[in-house]
Amino acid sequence: MIKEKFSEGDSFFHKLDPRVKIIVALFFSVIVAVTDKYTSLSGGLLFAVGAVAVARLRTKEIVSRLLVVNSFIFFLWLMLPFTFPGKNIYTLGSLNISQEGIKYAFLITIKSNSIILAGIALLSTSSIFNLVHALRHLHFPDKLTQLFFFTYRYTQTIHSEYIRLNNAIKIRGFKARTNFHTYRTYAYLVGMMLVRSYDRSKRVYNAMLCRGFKGKFWTLNHFVFKKSELITGIMMISYIIGLVLLP
Amino acid sequence: MKEKEKESVIKIADLSFAYPSRDAVFRKFNFNFFKGERIGLVGSNGSGKTTLFHLIMGLLNPSEGKIEIFGKERKIENDFVEVRERIGLVFQDPDDQLFSPTVAEDIAFGPLNLRKNHQETKKILKKTLEILGLSGFEDRITYNLSYGEKRLVSLATVWAMQPEILLLDEPTIWLDEETIERIVQILNSYSHLSYIIISHDKKFLKETTNCIYLMDNGKINRT
Repeated sequence: MIKEKFSEGDSFFHKLDPRVKIIVALFFSVIVAVTDKYTSLSGGLLFAVGAVAVARLRTKEIVSRLLVVNSFIFFLWLMLPFTFPGKNIYTLGSLNISQEGIKYAFLITIKSNSIILAGIALLSTSSIFNLVHALRHLHFPDKLTQLFFFTYRYTQTIHSEYIRLNNAIKIRGFKARTNFHTYRTYAYLVGMMLVRSYDRSKRVYNAMLCRGFKGKFWTLNHFVFKKSELITGIMMISYIIGLVLLP
Repeated sequence: MKEKEKESVIKIADLSFAYPSRDAVFRKFNFNFFKGERIGLVGSNGSGKTTLFHLIMGLLNPSEGKIEIFGKERKIENDFVEVRERIGLVFQDPDDQLFSPTVAEDIAFGPLNLRKNHQETKKILKKTLEILGLSGFEDRITYNLSYGEKRLVSLATVWAMQPEILLLDEPTIWLDEETIERIVQILNSYSHLSYIIISHDKKFLKETTNCIYLMDNGKINRT
């Protein structure tokens, strides 16, 4: 079972209406993605770090998530400084390091980390069901909302199928070694996992159809929109607009 | 017999069905189910019992033949929307049925799809849990339930939709006697309910159904 680790808690952000959080997160991501000014970006990073602090999430888990993102960014650092055309500042053997390349890689690093942090603080603090519900309330297209929900739901399914198969393998004394038997077993595992998850997902969908599912999710618990939440939302949006206006 | 009771609610005529690259499960299959009937369905593994349920719910499509449910022919996906609102199918594997994080949300899923409002849904939720002896389970996480509990919650999710006909696919396998006894009592205390039960549990069928049909070689016969 994949746990929604960050969604449990009772910080300010956990209690905030997910609709407000979605709007702020979306707005923040777009602004940070298109801005190239260092002042705005550092303000953005500050916002993201601040948000994570307010959400009171475990630092260790945040870091482990950031590591995943930054492992991708690491490859950009391997490529961009050498391939991006611009002023040559250092020559490493036959490779030229360009200033623009470094600047570009740096911008990407700041931007992605800010967006991920803000995403964790704003979005991961709601359960998937609440987010789906919020998206529906924001009149987000049904198809996209379903896509979002089912991606989550079926990742879950694949994961649980994996655990099941892995247990079946384990109880019969399987140990991973460097040999053909191990490779073949893993290949079977992956193959079976996909086929079985596909089947299971189809059966779950059928079960949903049998219970009158017509493409819309109705949720049991409604949100109550409080004035204070509107004000919080406006404040955060204003801060983000402020970032753009910085010199 | 009264005129109304003679009226068949599920009428399957000359139906043929085969899974891809396998021998036909049904060839010119006929079956009638009348309102108020409570029947058991037995037959060897692979005789098409579950397939029949899936055909009735429109999850599978026959290659030929006619399916008439509630007096209307059901052919395309849209025809089955009404069928699914009035007939409740409980799957054999509860893991196929439950998908919401909490028991309450999973049970509410059906009634909400039927456009019941929140107060009604909550009332139905409470009552359903009471009937099935699951009170206090509202906030339990569905994937943390024991197998038996999952099966009861699966039944609850369909029960909450207040279907006119129940289709139960092996409702007793792997359940303890006490839980089976509870299901028997629930079914027997709702005398207006019609249902078809697939089961290999002869004692259970004897206690809950009026007659038993045997499925064999793509044919169905009253025993």
